[in-house]
Amino acid sequence: MIKRVTFRNPWLPYALLLPQLAVTLIFFIWPAVQALYQSLLVEDAFGLSTEFVWFENFEELFADPLYLDTFWNTVVFSFSVAFASMSLALLLAVMADRTIKGATAYKTLLIWPYAVAPAVAGVLWFFMFNPVVGINAYLLRGLGYDWNHYLDGGDAMILVVIAASWKQISYNFLFFLAGLQAIPRSLIEAAAIDGAGPFKRFWTIIFPLLSPTTFFLLVVNVVYAFFDTFGIIHATTEGGPAGATQILVYKVFSDGFIGLDLGGSAAQSVVLMVIVISLTVVQFRYIERRVEY
Amino acid sequence: MAELHLSGVQKIYPNGYHAIHGIDLGVADGEFIVLVGPSGCGKSTLLRMVAGLETVSDGTIDIGGRVVNNLEPADRDIAMVFQNYALYPHMKVYDNMAYGLRNRGMAKDEIDRRVREAAGILEIEPMLDRRPNQLSGGQRQRVAMGRAIVREPSVFLFDEPLSNLDAKLRVQMRVEIKRLQRRLGITSLYVTHDQVEAMTMADRLVVMNGGRAEQIGTPIELYDRPETTFVATFIGSPSMNLLEGTVAEGGTSVALDSGASINLPDPRADLAGRSVTLGVRPEHLTPAADGSGMTLRLDLVEALGADTLLHGHLDGDERRLVTVRLSGHFAPGQDSVQVAATDAVHLFDRETGGRI
Amino acid sequence: MVENRPYLTVLSHLVVILGIIITVMPIWITFVASTHPIEHIMDGTIPMWPGDKFFENYATVLGAGVADAGGIPVGTMLFNSLVMALSITIGKIAISLIAAYAIVYFDFPFRMACFWLIFITLMLPVEVRILPTFAVVANLGLLNSYVGLSLPLIASATATFLFRQFFLTVPEELAEAARIDGAGPWKFFKDILLPLSRTNIAALFVILFIYGWNQYLWPLLVTTDESFYTIVMGIQRMTQAAESLPLWHLVMATTMLAMLPPVIVVVVMQKLFVKGLVETEK
Repeated sequence: MIKRVTFRNPWLPYALLLPQLAVTLIFFIWPAVQALYQSLLVEDAFGLSTEFVWFENFEELFADPLYLDTFWNTVVFSFSVAFASMSLALLLAVMADRTIKGATAYKTLLIWPYAVAPAVAGVLWFFMFNPVVGINAYLLRGLGYDWNHYLDGGDAMILVVIAASWKQISYNFLFFLAGLQAIPRSLIEAAAIDGAGPFKRFWTIIFPLLSPTTFFLLVVNVVYAFFDTFGIIHATTEGGPAGATQILVYKVFSDGFIGLDLGGSAAQSVVLMVIVISLTVVQFRYIERRVEY
Repeated sequence: MAELHLSGVQKIYPNGYHAIHGIDLGVADGEFIVLVGPSGCGKSTLLRMVAGLETVSDGTIDIGGRVVNNLEPADRDIAMVFQNYALYPHMKVYDNMAYGLRNRGMAKDEIDRRVREAAGILEIEPMLDRRPNQLSGGQRQRVAMGRAIVREPSVFLFDEPLSNLDAKLRVQMRVEIKRLQRRLGITSLYVTHDQVEAMTMADRLVVMNGGRAEQIGTPIELYDRPETTFVATFIGSPSMNLLEGTVAEGGTSVALDSGASINLPDPRADLAGRSVTLGVRPEHLTPAADGSGMTLRLDLVEALGADTLLHGHLDGDERRLVTVRLSGHFAPGQDSVQVAATDAVHLFDRETGGRI
Repeated sequence: MVENRPYLTVLSHLVVILGIIITVMPIWITFVASTHPIEHIMDGTIPMWPGDKFFENYATVLGAGVADAGGIPVGTMLFNSLVMALSITIGKIAISLIAAYAIVYFDFPFRMACFWLIFITLMLPVEVRILPTFAVVANLGLLNSYVGLSLPLIASATATFLFRQFFLTVPEELAEAARIDGAGPWKFFKDILLPLSRTNIAALFVILFIYGWNQYLWPLLVTTDESFYTIVMGIQRMTQAAESLPLWHLVMATTMLAMLPPVIVVVVMQKLFVKGLVETEK
């Protein structure tokens, strides 16, 4: 935690920490406290008076079918994204790991979508699936499917899942590839000598050994889908049609900024905080465990 | 050039651990003092207190007539060579050596002169433009020395500087450091856990144990007259044999618990009847004619070429391992041998371990 | 691989290449669309090869902008994005470096309290405190300013932890040698620690530049004045044009421009990028 030899200076460490702490207090801690406080208040329509209502906002929130729908959407969205992007990334990583020649080149060609902003990723796929001008919508029409994410909630959900997964594959690919390359060759050779074919080797040796990476990525992907995908939704479906792609972070934003429901939005913020904190705890427990290996 | 004086130096850590129990040591100008002891004995802590890297809990440290207890390391007029060399990895050799001088605001040409001179002494001129990771272990060691030399300090501090080198290089560097120190005449404090290194390099040794100085003296003094059983077994290799016994009537011999008896060169009538630990070095046990010595049952014979080490135990004492060092060869195939002690035996109190 | 099975190797290559094609497809389509006149896109026959309007379309967006997005030239948006991304990156690295230095190399009252305070920020992404943070920034009069765009985002637990982790691996003896060499806290930081941290700084720079460039929600909140729009959020303004159909050829040209800087950074500095990615997740 700290060096054996430390410098002695009464004020310098505080001066060094000041910028970080100031920003943290002003833009992180204070607003979070405000959110906690506001979640216990109700403001009248004109914003003239506020009333302290304890947990009424939360009760309302969890009684609101719209909010529960949003919650469900978020869960479906997150796990779809995690599953789609992780399984594709694993497939690509296993294949790339098998190819001795070209693995580096493949890596370069696969990692760059990480750099694309979520909102931009959304727009790319939004365009490709556009019912009028999009190539994918055109191809689907050829297959007899009338794609329209402007009207069909299911189509819209698939669109945002694809966009979100596409962007995340590169990240998962990198970590899976690193995980695969960390597996000692001798283990795989031993399995081969024991007569296990490539397919069997994957399921009995490689996949179990990758499980720490897989679990870590699962948490990271869920966090990503929960919090970093606001741009994808906002730049494409705006939560529509009829709230079909409305996820939690989008609803906090729209209720707060468009609906101007201060207390409700704050209560939603608090719910989100609880989710982030639990996910962070899970992530850190996992790291502790990883250290033991 | 300076004298170094420690008086009543203690170290107590904030958690209450008493690491140094009061050390008094006077080092003459140009003297080479080695602090030696097992790990955890406090030798490094003491060195670091002199360097100013650890605070002094009690007592004073005086360098060249100046109490330095509250001075920063940089203001103590010392230079230190670390075990892992602690070279700045991103700086060239030249800059590693010059860094401390630059921080002092020394003139450029004077820095250059000193660095080149030190590099000349240490024969590292061709490496001045390289970085530490392009050097071998021995070369890094020289750079670390060079960094200390350019400071022209009052006192050199060495913290196990040779322990990261392989055996052959260690012997070579040992000689070089000693020669260099003689040439520069700088007062030096050298920490090691290797007693051979300690014996060969030191003008005087400080044998430390459990935060105390067990004995301070020249290597020969420590070898010939160890004051405690700890020093007796720590100095000399293989270790001194310690045998329990009782001083016989008249003080002319010691009756060992194993049954054998060893004559004392100088009769100690004052000790008659006292329980003692008798110490005798492996090289001071010699083969004896049948019936005139003790029977050593052999467990292992190590032929070292010039010498042969016999390991075994005395008849009547299964517990205590005894080592004998014979010069020359030893005919194989024997399972026991008769040995007798020469005149060099040491007596220690069995309870306190102190010399009597 | 372990045994020689040519057909499996061929299959592996095929799967990866297919994956790459699917990954690259959206970019190709986007690029193609950005080089055609709007009529080619709207008439239902989707072009697969670049058209002849490359220079015209890109000149239009860079210089004149798109009316639906407030008519702000994309050049201005690119500049705003660059300012925001660099401010966030440099700001985060600077304050995290000195904060980690204080925590690792100094012993002072409330050291651990400070550490935990920084740690908590990990659990408070902007998405969960949108409204109150906006209120703070508005009260400070920082809406529609570069400071407002970047300052609230530059506290970073991740970067502080990374540097702390790295400082802990720096041998203690280096600091001791520096002290004997007469270097005080500031000199040690500047002459020894900072040069030793440069790979970490570079790796973090890549990650944080992408993070900063790709910010979306925050600029959306704090910029109402079009001249402060960043490019990533500017695209949204173009696609969501209420009155008319989006001008897809110009939107796609803008999209290409929005992607280019971070993608170039990742591809050119791949090694550092991977290092940064792995280290920040520790």
